[in-house]
Amino acid sequence: MSVWKHHTKVERNSLLLVIGILIVVSIGGLVEIAPLFWLQGTIEKVGGVRPYTPLELNGRDIYVREGCYVCHSQMIRPLRDEVERYGHYSLAAESMYDHPFQWGSKRTGPDLARVGGKYSDSWHRDHLIDPRSVVPESVMPPYKFLAEKELDYRDVADRMKTLRAEGVPYTADQIANAKKDLEAQADPFSTDAVAMRDRYGGKAANRDFDGDPDKITEMDALVAYLQMLGTTVDFKSYKAQSPENMR
Amino acid sequence: MSAPSTPTASPPAGSGGLLLFSAVGALVAFFCAGLSQDPIFRLQAETFALAGVIAAFFLTAGLSGGTLRDEPDRYSDNVIKAGVIATMFWSAAGLLVGVIIAAQLSWPRIFYFPEAGWLNFGRLRPLHTSAVVFAFGGNALIATSFWVVQRTCKARLAGGIAPWFVFWGYQLFIVLAATGYLMGATQSREYAEPEWYTDLWLTVVWVTYLLVFLGTIWKRKEPHIYVANWFYLAFIVTIALLHLVNNAGLPVGLLNHKSYGVFSGVQDALVQWWYGHNAVGFFLTAGFLAMMYYYVPKRVERPVYSYRLSIVHFWSLIFIYIWAGPHHLHYTALPQWAQTLGMTFSIMLWMPSWGGMINGLMTLSGAWDKLRTDPVVRMMVVSIAFYGMATFEGPVMSIRAVNALSHYTDWTIGHVHSGALGWVGFISFGAVYCMVPWLWKKPAMYSNKLIE
Repeated sequence: MSVWKHHTKVERNSLLLVIGILIVVSIGGLVEIAPLFWLQGTIEKVGGVRPYTPLELNGRDIYVREGCYVCHSQMIRPLRDEVERYGHYSLAAESMYDHPFQWGSKRTGPDLARVGGKYSDSWHRDHLIDPRSVVPESVMPPYKFLAEKELDYRDVADRMKTLRAEGVPYTADQIANAKKDLEAQADPFSTDAVAMRDRYGGKAANRDFDGDPDKITEMDALVAYLQMLGTTVDFKSYKAQSPENMR
Repeated sequence: MSAPSTPTASPPAGSGGLLLFSAVGALVAFFCAGLSQDPIFRLQAETFALAGVIAAFFLTAGLSGGTLRDEPDRYSDNVIKAGVIATMFWSAAGLLVGVIIAAQLSWPRIFYFPEAGWLNFGRLRPLHTSAVVFAFGGNALIATSFWVVQRTCKARLAGGIAPWFVFWGYQLFIVLAATGYLMGATQSREYAEPEWYTDLWLTVVWVTYLLVFLGTIWKRKEPHIYVANWFYLAFIVTIALLHLVNNAGLPVGLLNHKSYGVFSGVQDALVQWWYGHNAVGFFLTAGFLAMMYYYVPKRVERPVYSYRLSIVHFWSLIFIYIWAGPHHLHYTALPQWAQTLGMTFSIMLWMPSWGGMINGLMTLSGAWDKLRTDPVVRMMVVSIAFYGMATFEGPVMSIRAVNALSHYTDWTIGHVHSGALGWVGFISFGAVYCMVPWLWKKPAMYSNKLIE
């Protein structure tokens, strides 16, 4: 009985009501989210994951801008059909530098977590320009304009600096050479490519991704990003069965 | 509350301040547009500046012409009228975009235009979801909350000109967000896509909204705060909290539209779905339950079925909802303990949800005959039935084994539509059908047959 009487106090005092609401809605979030920042097991320790190169970062920003995540996930679940189709299930470590994450929530198209290296650059270019020219039943929009539009990368160093402030381990060297590295990665004959690879690891691709040697387009950036997806983790050093990875 | 106000009455408090704010805001936005190297930011700043100029123009005209008058002894109903019109406008816009993007998926060879990339599905889908949830749903919530809080507190809206600022500020937020999506300004955070400056603007508007709502409650002439207002308050306060945490980020530059959120990877995923699920829980559920708790008893002229049930289900609903986010991340790289917690609370959520459904439906006790005669009551009952079905389907889908099948598929889209069209849509249209004759002082709606 008395519980109901006590409730009249809350009903008569709006401040008590607001404070009550704030306390009640804070508990769940604090218990679920806060531990993810300090529990060591949340992100696996695994070799190979690196921050994006400037060209890939711009490609990723185009991926975000175009809303690719509304139809494509980047999260392979440890279910047999998915692992057989897409490859090893996704690790938390693989998206640790992703601001924001792109796991997605809907698969109108296939998962893209490990699409890197699965198709050729020219397949990607043809597919992005006219998806139905290579996949007749596709419902994907055409992205012809990406091949025509020159990439605006004036602020690429600022983008990397912002990410560094949020914890992505870009070095001062990488930021200072951001534009040079971006241009080098899209030019197979660039003399700066060696230095770019020194900064981002030997696996960083160095090609004319869109097949148009005259300019660096948004297509170059997006294809560079797609072609590196899921290729960085060294699965030889990852032991799925080891105790620290049993989550 | 009905004494006519004198023509010599002063303008609403804060009108001059708002005029100054609009003019200064427009000026600052013009400078930002001029200085920015970023075409998207420039266009968004120009939109903001234009809004400031229009606001300043109408405020000046209203103040000098004497048409902008405070009427302290009346309810502020004009802002609600505007809200009802905006609700209907945005519902038509949001549903139209929905039809267009559905057509794109069905007939991709007809409804995609290679030369107009800004009309691609990826840019239009956030436009559809935001238009329906925030433009249609948000305007319905703001308009009805302004109606309900005044009637149940027997007090005029607090804050002088502030309710009008909330209304037009919110429309500006919608326009900035919508044009931003089309140009490619998005954070890619589902249901929180607008970029950092739009988020900051919404924060200003939302805090003002909270203060107007609370200020009206403080002025109340009733000792008790009516149950609908608890739900409105929970909705306003929690959305503020969710908005601030989920959108925490750093802009690339002060004159650059692009920002990066502070969280990354797995932590970001949970923050986003903590937000995403509670946008459902507090925007689309708590807010519209508030609507149910006022308009259903009012329309059928019966008291709310159970006062105690409303207390129990209010506190349990808002406590449990917050935990349910991880069910969007089953079998992902989110640690399993968090997934299990999310699933457990999602299943528990079934009970308080049905508490609300029972309280709403049983309010019709003794008035069930109205189902036969009043199509508006039927609309509300259909809405509550959809609420019951969607809040049963939700817990089922949150079970890991079911989710393994349903996740990433159109099942989720269908589930959302039974909630957003069935529950949110029907209860809002029911509330609008109640309010329109009340607001425009008409005996009834134009045609009951058309409502049927």
